[in-house]
Amino acid sequence: MTEDSDKIVPIRHYGRWLSGAIALTLLALLIKAFAQGEIDWPVVGEFFMAPVLIKGLGNTLFITLLAIIMGLVLGVVFAVMRLSKNPVTNIVASAYIWLFRGTPVYLQLLIWFNLALVFPTVNLGFYQGRMVTLMTPFLAALLGLGINEGAYMTEIVRGGILSVDRGQLEAASAIGMTRLMAMRRIVLPQTMRVIVPPIGNEFIGLLKTSSMASTIAYTELLHRSQLIYFVNGKVIELLIVAAGWYMIVVTIFTVIQAQVERRFSRGQSHEEPPSLLQRMWRNLTIFRRNPPAGTVPEGGLR
Amino acid sequence: MTSPANPILLAQNVHKAFGRNEVLKGIDLQVAKGEVMCILGPSGSGKSTFLRCINHLEQTDRGRIYVDGELVGCREHNGRLYELPDREICSARTKMGMVFQHFNLFPHMNVLENLIEGPVRVMKTPKEAAVERARRLLAQVGLANKETAYPRQMSGGQQQRVAIARALAMEPKLMLFDEPTSALDPELVGDVLAVMQDLARSGMTMVVVTHEIGFARSVAHSVVFIDGGVVVEAGPPQEVLDNPQNERTRSFLSKVPN
Repeated sequence: MTEDSDKIVPIRHYGRWLSGAIALTLLALLIKAFAQGEIDWPVVGEFFMAPVLIKGLGNTLFITLLAIIMGLVLGVVFAVMRLSKNPVTNIVASAYIWLFRGTPVYLQLLIWFNLALVFPTVNLGFYQGRMVTLMTPFLAALLGLGINEGAYMTEIVRGGILSVDRGQLEAASAIGMTRLMAMRRIVLPQTMRVIVPPIGNEFIGLLKTSSMASTIAYTELLHRSQLIYFVNGKVIELLIVAAGWYMIVVTIFTVIQAQVERRFSRGQSHEEPPSLLQRMWRNLTIFRRNPPAGTVPEGGLR
Repeated sequence: MTSPANPILLAQNVHKAFGRNEVLKGIDLQVAKGEVMCILGPSGSGKSTFLRCINHLEQTDRGRIYVDGELVGCREHNGRLYELPDREICSARTKMGMVFQHFNLFPHMNVLENLIEGPVRVMKTPKEAAVERARRLLAQVGLANKETAYPRQMSGGQQQRVAIARALAMEPKLMLFDEPTSALDPELVGDVLAVMQDLARSGMTMVVVTHEIGFARSVAHSVVFIDGGVVVEAGPPQEVLDNPQNERTRSFLSKVPN
């Protein structure tokens, strides 16, 4: 028997080539339509790097980062409280989630911004003065977005903690750790693998929700784009510029998130997880008739 | 059973119920320094629960447990027992090492980090000293070359030996084993039992909940048979295993592989 006679000829994937061609054609048609539409493309180019908009982008990133950090800190604290045996902390945490998930974030932004109507003056001990001067658009946006985010983060972190085997807490107790130390050293680090993807989701969501702060005069990206098109009337052009910047940030963040996930999956399997480049290569090689050895993971392609 | 003057472990009238299900109905026993005690019993007999009461992973409802002369989990005042705060229970636990059926190694840390976590974070041992001791313990359990491996990259038998080393790293006076070989493939059981046998020979006081009758016969100084939440029979292995007096002990021993 020759060697060729018992070699298996792999199935040919004509469908993949056909569907690929259809997708490319549709994309080309879409690009053509927009290129010929009533869009003043030079204006898009002109405003893309405009300092006013870059500053607005900076403010968008700034408020998003601060709010996500605030949300994460609140989320960890309230998740631990929520899972505590102490009924008081438990009820307080539940009430927090109930209150801030129960109302639209837009409404919460308006309440923070208009807090002066409830409390005209503030006395915090170290600060005394009028609420109107204290509650700037920035502070109102930070409190509104951050505290609302904290309620969602609490549920994400709580889910992460519940995903860790009970035996981990027992093993930590058995070597003399207090509950809090066991949380910090043993349980929370193990939640990272589970909570990083939803946190990434929250970050991307918040990046876009932060545009709602434009309604309380916080000068983020969308707010500044609007200020410009109110003057020059190039509505779609400036919206395209803003959309472009949002997508650039989301793309960069997706790459960072993939790296972070890789970092936290350490010790989870027998081999190092694939990098982003390796995964892209795998996706390309499915078109080949003979995928190179080892590029197709066990259990098929995802 | 011998009655030593200062037992490492002394349990008196230990009761524990989960809701209305009474699991322990008054356990009395004691373990002298350097003694190995094996606890046998059918599943659901309360043997694991009793072991977990010793280091207060389960809170007892009634009765006293003394480890090295100190009450565990509570304080006696005017003849009454008062529950201790979490922090004080934790410091009492450092005197005992515990090995779990499912190993419970910390999967996000490598072997060496697993071993030094307790000494460095809880006992505040300097890191160099903790690492040196961890290396000696790894050599003792036959895993000197596995320092940087992660738990999931190891076999069950290797993981359980790391878990034993992790418990020993705290320099405990008493080692508790909760069915340490029950989750292992048959061919890996021997390695773990060999490590435990070495440990017993070196004079460690051990309480072992197990189904390994052979191990109990060759290593234990005393064997306790628990059923229905009470001690049914206790004594040297030759008596309890080879000449059981109680009908329940006899019926249990006839069912487990020898």
